[in-house]
Amino acid sequence: MGNQEKGKGLMEPENSAEKLTALVVDDDKLVRMIHQGLLKRAGVKNEAVKNGKEAVDIHYSGQRFDIILMDNEMPIMTGIEATKKLRSMGILSRIIGVSSCTEAEKQEFMKAGIDDYQVKPLTIGVLNSILDVVKASK
Amino acid sequence: MLGFGADLLWADMNRLLAFLFHQGVLDEQFLQLQQLQDHTSPNFVSEVVNIYFHESEKLLNNLRSLLMEREFSDYKKIEIHLNQFIGSSSSIGAKRVTSVCIAFRAASEQDNRAGCLRALEMLEHEYCYLKNKLHELFQIEQQRALAAGVRYPMQHQ
Repeated sequence: MGNQEKGKGLMEPENSAEKLTALVVDDDKLVRMIHQGLLKRAGVKNEAVKNGKEAVDIHYSGQRFDIILMDNEMPIMTGIEATKKLRSMGILSRIIGVSSCTEAEKQEFMKAGIDDYQVKPLTIGVLNSILDVVKASK
Repeated sequence: MLGFGADLLWADMNRLLAFLFHQGVLDEQFLQLQQLQDHTSPNFVSEVVNIYFHESEKLLNNLRSLLMEREFSDYKKIEIHLNQFIGSSSSIGAKRVTSVCIAFRAASEQDNRAGCLRALEMLEHEYCYLKNKLHELFQIEQQRALAAGVRYPMQHQ
């Protein structure tokens, strides 16, 4: 699950045997920056896009990621819509809904196909637990 | 002497941080940001916070413009702006600003315009206070870095 990109300036992780890849999907520049900083610290190669449509398009271009950190409220295409689309495309990446939505929206997000939901902001500890699950499944 | 100055400034920085934590202005998420700063991203915290200031001021202007409209009724738009403000404020550990935004959102969900206006004033006040304190923190940090940096040539004499 999640083929790795080659030849794109991989960052050497501190202690991980396998290099994971991640996609950050959030319309908020600040949140993208923080989540990318967290991933970089954990040695995870990562990219970021600004909305659900860009997340879908990057997969149409052939890229795959072990983990997708998906916000919900975004312009053009929400996280719920993007998750449904990605699952219908057969994308099996671990998708983590990262948002601050209501319980009803969270349930809708889960039904759309996310594997887990975390309230913003992610912390180093929460990210490590997400990475542990992904590493264990590889 | 200059090394001693850098140490004093370090103590000032920690005292200010402790004060801001004690007052509930910042929470542990700010410490998370500091942990993401290293030699490859030496200005990470100040870059993130400057983006936060830039985005927040736009949001505050939007909120004020909306609420000042004579025929204002678009509470949904208010909530969209507030959700963004809550997301970014909690991401940098701005605890008091986040709390005020949440109360503001509650007033908006009740279509309570007067409540929204009161919350907006409180939000502007809290944001201003946070901005001033973080500027103070970064100033001390810059002075400390300068003091520590000037020290090095003297050590080699």
